[in-house]
Amino acid sequence: MKRTAFYPIHQQLGAKIVEFAGFEMPVQYSSIFEEHKAVRNSIGLFDVSHMGEFEIRGRDAFLLAQTVTTNDVAKLCEGKAQYSTMCYPNGGIIDDLLVYHRGDRLMVVVNAANITKDFHWITSQISGLDVQVINRSDEISLLALQGPKSLATLQKLTKADLSAILYYTFIETKIADVEMIVSRTGYTGELGFELYFESSASHAEKIWNAIMNAGREFSIKPVGLGARDTLRLEMGYCLYGSDIDETTNPLEAGLGWITKLDKGKFIGRDTLLKVSQDGVKKKLVGFVMEEERAVPRHGYELRMNGTVVGTVTSGTISPTLEKGIGLGYVASQYAQPLNSLSVTIRNKDSKAKVVQVPFLKK
Amino acid sequence: MNFPEHLKYTKDHEWIRIEDDVGIIGITDYAQSELGDVVFVELPAKEKHVKQGESFGTIEAVKAVSDLYTPVSGEVLEVNPRLDKTPELVNKEPYDGGWMIKVKIDNKNELNSLLDAKGYRELIGK
Repeated sequence: MKRTAFYPIHQQLGAKIVEFAGFEMPVQYSSIFEEHKAVRNSIGLFDVSHMGEFEIRGRDAFLLAQTVTTNDVAKLCEGKAQYSTMCYPNGGIIDDLLVYHRGDRLMVVVNAANITKDFHWITSQISGLDVQVINRSDEISLLALQGPKSLATLQKLTKADLSAILYYTFIETKIADVEMIVSRTGYTGELGFELYFESSASHAEKIWNAIMNAGREFSIKPVGLGARDTLRLEMGYCLYGSDIDETTNPLEAGLGWITKLDKGKFIGRDTLLKVSQDGVKKKLVGFVMEEERAVPRHGYELRMNGTVVGTVTSGTISPTLEKGIGLGYVASQYAQPLNSLSVTIRNKDSKAKVVQVPFLKK
Repeated sequence: MNFPEHLKYTKDHEWIRIEDDVGIIGITDYAQSELGDVVFVELPAKEKHVKQGESFGTIEAVKAVSDLYTPVSGEVLEVNPRLDKTPELVNKEPYDGGWMIKVKIDNKNELNSLLDAKGYRELIGK
């Protein structure tokens, strides 16, 4: 089992540790509710160093990225990041990822559970190209600082003007005297930053403590994977392995906006073009429970008039809305907002309604 | 983590406190900690007969839902009315305010199959 450089800190804080994608990660420190609310109302700090980072360099780096990802890499310029997916020729999603344009090279950030699979896939596509793909996952730490007070907190630790970093852009600067990438991205729907820096025990302790001290006046809280999941689900963001995987394509998953069929050749394009012309058979929808105390969970059946029309892929009680919310695939004809559904919870059908995501209107 | 000596425990992480022929039942400190924030608890109706080892209700936490298992057979005399509005009592006071049901015990011999605090600690490795 792997550990991030922050593991001793999590232990010291008494975090509950679980196995996740081969890492021992904190799932919660105090309470998922409290940590969730800290991020929505003020600020929270997440260790997400389990995520994978690849560096792609060489003359054909951009060509390779354009070939293996669905979004249009040509739209990137230095200092910009892009959300994208990587698909098999049959359109099945290999992973969802971020692509960072770092001038002479790209940094690709992938899900922890998919590091090995993604690296093999990308490197299997390089024959004939002038390109090097380097797996830096074990060398890079990643912290996410999320919440309305994240800017004010982080600004105390650097001379760089962080308010100038627009959504999905990044700079390279020093925070607490450590060189890092400061990216205005996140998985919570709040104002927030993700910090990439060289992994070491001394960096980990120094940066963690500097941020926790700077955020003290805002009652900053460390946040575990439990609240990370409820925060992303309130925004309707997909989680790989639950809402998207190799059996789903980006058009079904509502990721058509990062699938640029007109950008030119890329892996999966032919299939996805056909899917787009024929129309998708199933769609990922958001739904809200209309009954109190009904919490949808991954794997529960979705029904309409008693007939099974789909499956829940993610579900929870929303700490902000205090209602059950979920994502699930349904046959396309049932995917319109306001459609009534039911979720089978322990052999009982509970009423739900299809809604447009995000669940949280901001 | 706290496991009072005067309680008996199940392998499914419930505790029972005996007062004459009445058993007061809840879940352990370990169970509440593993579940995390409790969102609601579904409990049986009064006068329902529950059987040892069978489910008497469910507990829904943010991350997961779990069945509650009956440590001892008997008739439900009372369910904790406070859990309806304040289910977080299960997290905050698992052995006091967070109790779930009171049962009139059918047969006290069934208690022999339960664990004592030491046995329960060994089971969970704490």
